[in-house]
Amino acid sequence: MADNEGPKGTQPPGSRQGGGVQEPSRRKFLVNAGYAIGGVVVGGALGSLIRRNNKAAAPSPASPSASPGAAPAAEPKNYNRALMFLTQEQFATLNAATERIFPTDDTGPGAQALGVAYFIDHQLAGEWGFNGREYMSPPFYHGETVQGYQGRLKRREIFAIALKEMDNYSQSQFSKNFVDLTADQQDSVLSDFESDKVPLTTISPSGFFKMLRSSTIEGAYSDPLYGGNLDMAGWKMRSYPGNQMSYAAVIDKEFTAMPPNSLQDHMAGH
Amino acid sequence: MAKTLPKTDVVIVGVGWGGGIIASELTKAGMNVVGLERGKERKTEDYFMVHDELRYSQRYELMQDLSKETVTFRSNEKMRALPMRAYGSFLIGDGIGGAGVHWNGQTFRFLPYDFQIRSKTIERYGKAKIPDGMTIQDWGITYDEMEPYYDKFEKMAGISGETNPLAGKRSSDYPNPPMKKSPPMQMFEEAAKKLNLHPYMQPSANLSQNYTNPDGIARAACQYCGYCERFGCEYGAKADPVVTVIPVALKTGKLEIRTHSHVRRIMHSGGKATGVMYTDVTTGEEIVQPADIVVVTSYVFNNIRLLLMSKLGKAYNPATGTGVVGKNYAYQVLKGNALGFYDDKKFNLFAGAGALGMNLDDYNGDNFDHSDLKFIHGASISIGQTGFRPISNNQVPSGTKAWGQEFKANSIKYANSWISVGGQGSSMPFQHHYIDLDPEYKDAYGDPLPRMTFDFEDQDRELAVFMANKCEEIQKEMGASRIDKLKSLGPYEITTYQSTHNTGGVIMGADPATSAVNNYLQMWDAENVFVVGASAFPHNSGYNPTDTVGALAYRASEGILKYAKKGGSLV
Repeated sequence: MADNEGPKGTQPPGSRQGGGVQEPSRRKFLVNAGYAIGGVVVGGALGSLIRRNNKAAAPSPASPSASPGAAPAAEPKNYNRALMFLTQEQFATLNAATERIFPTDDTGPGAQALGVAYFIDHQLAGEWGFNGREYMSPPFYHGETVQGYQGRLKRREIFAIALKEMDNYSQSQFSKNFVDLTADQQDSVLSDFESDKVPLTTISPSGFFKMLRSSTIEGAYSDPLYGGNLDMAGWKMRSYPGNQMSYAAVIDKEFTAMPPNSLQDHMAGH
Repeated sequence: MAKTLPKTDVVIVGVGWGGGIIASELTKAGMNVVGLERGKERKTEDYFMVHDELRYSQRYELMQDLSKETVTFRSNEKMRALPMRAYGSFLIGDGIGGAGVHWNGQTFRFLPYDFQIRSKTIERYGKAKIPDGMTIQDWGITYDEMEPYYDKFEKMAGISGETNPLAGKRSSDYPNPPMKKSPPMQMFEEAAKKLNLHPYMQPSANLSQNYTNPDGIARAACQYCGYCERFGCEYGAKADPVVTVIPVALKTGKLEIRTHSHVRRIMHSGGKATGVMYTDVTTGEEIVQPADIVVVTSYVFNNIRLLLMSKLGKAYNPATGTGVVGKNYAYQVLKGNALGFYDDKKFNLFAGAGALGMNLDDYNGDNFDHSDLKFIHGASISIGQTGFRPISNNQVPSGTKAWGQEFKANSIKYANSWISVGGQGSSMPFQHHYIDLDPEYKDAYGDPLPRMTFDFEDQDRELAVFMANKCEEIQKEMGASRIDKLKSLGPYEITTYQSTHNTGGVIMGADPATSAVNNYLQMWDAENVFVVGASAFPHNSGYNPTDTVGALAYRASEGILKYAKKGGSLV
């Protein structure tokens, strides 16, 4: 049920021993670093890398712009941009809400441009949406704040209920659905969820808001393989270099800007 | 009926640091060992995609599956304990290597004061200094007796560091020189020296250079990639059981590791264990593994729970303070810190290593006068550069709205311009802090979950604020443009991450009436059962626990070898 999207899909499960993965970035790094003790390469991951070194290269993971036969100069298609769980209406509400939490401004793109709502949709479709690795067994009692979430609803159920309730509340306050409100009105709806001013019995408005806020930040800054942080633009805004092999050369130096790498760079090489 | 397998010399419950060290020492000495691990196999090749903050840090890739097993929690006995349904305050490891895989590598020795905390506190301040209900006690061993075992663990793991001027005497230097110093660390060092404090480089299990240990295990130097805590090390540069002690044990041909084997009971009769019963979680089959010696080496909660479920050792009774199993649960007081924002400076905060940092112990243990203070012990104050990843590090000055344009602008403005100076506070035990079996909630196999009863006390609140003020003084000297510090410590809550330094419950000591194991970690009530881990700590110091866990595991190994030869109580 987990991540079906992105470059992972190009490597069938269990293909690790088959040498189906190329690691030019690591190889280059190791050779340059002379990464060995007395000529013997140490460390499991490093050892396995050298073993793989001699294997034939596998085809690189599909990169739309590099696909043979693709129409020249066409905008590359992003197959990640489809919904796994949310309805179109829910998606539109979520997209608008995440944009208010993390808006486009002088610092750079906001949630919408980064694809945060796609990220959340895909997460809700998987293990996280089902609270798959969390203790969801009964009995359920009302707990104290210090004891954390004690409800029986799963994240995907909470999101579905909350997105509907955002519209209900928007209608009650402004006679419009959330997506049709002005930015200020949207902010006031979100603030009322944040401060539990919205009277709900099914879910905790502030509990939902916390989840919405944290998953928005996750969508802005997680590796692009999950559907958010489009083109690593979230990382670029804050000079985060993403996935790098080594900072040994800069750790004791003043701030050093460098272009970011994604996990796909690890798979595909440069 | 459970299937019964042929008997082995020693069975180990859980293959992390404790189990790995015991297995390597015993198999080197020729004993046959079976290691039972409820989780899966682990190797460095698993970490090909490890630079993934979402998967490892936010979704807890390496941690125990809480849907199968968790703990329940209440602040006090008047409350109903409820399950920790999702991760927060601490993270429980799983699989080969256990929590030793996802640690940061900070490797401190406890202070001489720690091992004799009760006598030394009374000696200097009088009995009245210890408040009612605080159940501190001496460990039944001294720092000088512990020293050779610390030394052994540090050489095995290849610790990189420099001598701490305010700690116990060392028989030899760290096996590797300290790690590199980042500019924020240099600022901290300079400021601390100006304040007449004693900064030193954090002792690190991330290697500062390539290193071959006394067992012949060669490992590579740390690359400061910034993915240690909650992650496994793709280089094997961070010492963990998988790249150090376990291969040594396997090479002897005398260790058999069985993964997916969840131990549920210690079988015993007449004050001696006969083996363990476990469930093969892939088939559901119950299996009995007979053994001459049983070594319990799982994480704190399961060490306690397994003894209680097996009815081995006297269960603790918080009403009377009698009994021992489950007693003296302690934690860590981590919120006493000061966060500095630096308007005109930028640092490489994305770079780092789990144990890259500087510490000072001027306010730790009894290194300072507590006569006029309302707490004992203290904290190690440090600056850490662990590698600050973007999802979990969005520091903004207090007063900033939690979301929207202002939040975004400030979090980006300060993304590489903040420094945290914090105190890792010790945690004293109290009569009403303990672990027992939950009366209601069960794990996936129908066994009761462990139940934690714990809250912060006046001791912790005083300590946290004192440390926050000291951290603020250092930040001022470092030149922060703005400082936000802890003003008061709230109640303990299980929802936000603090520390995976849970301790106590099967504590060591010199007296069977007040401790569960002797100073070889041998159970008073069952001479062929050894219980290894931070569960043996009678209190928790102002340091990370792993060096002491490792040292005690070497001490226990020595005890087990002695016991195998002559039997009986070792003390």
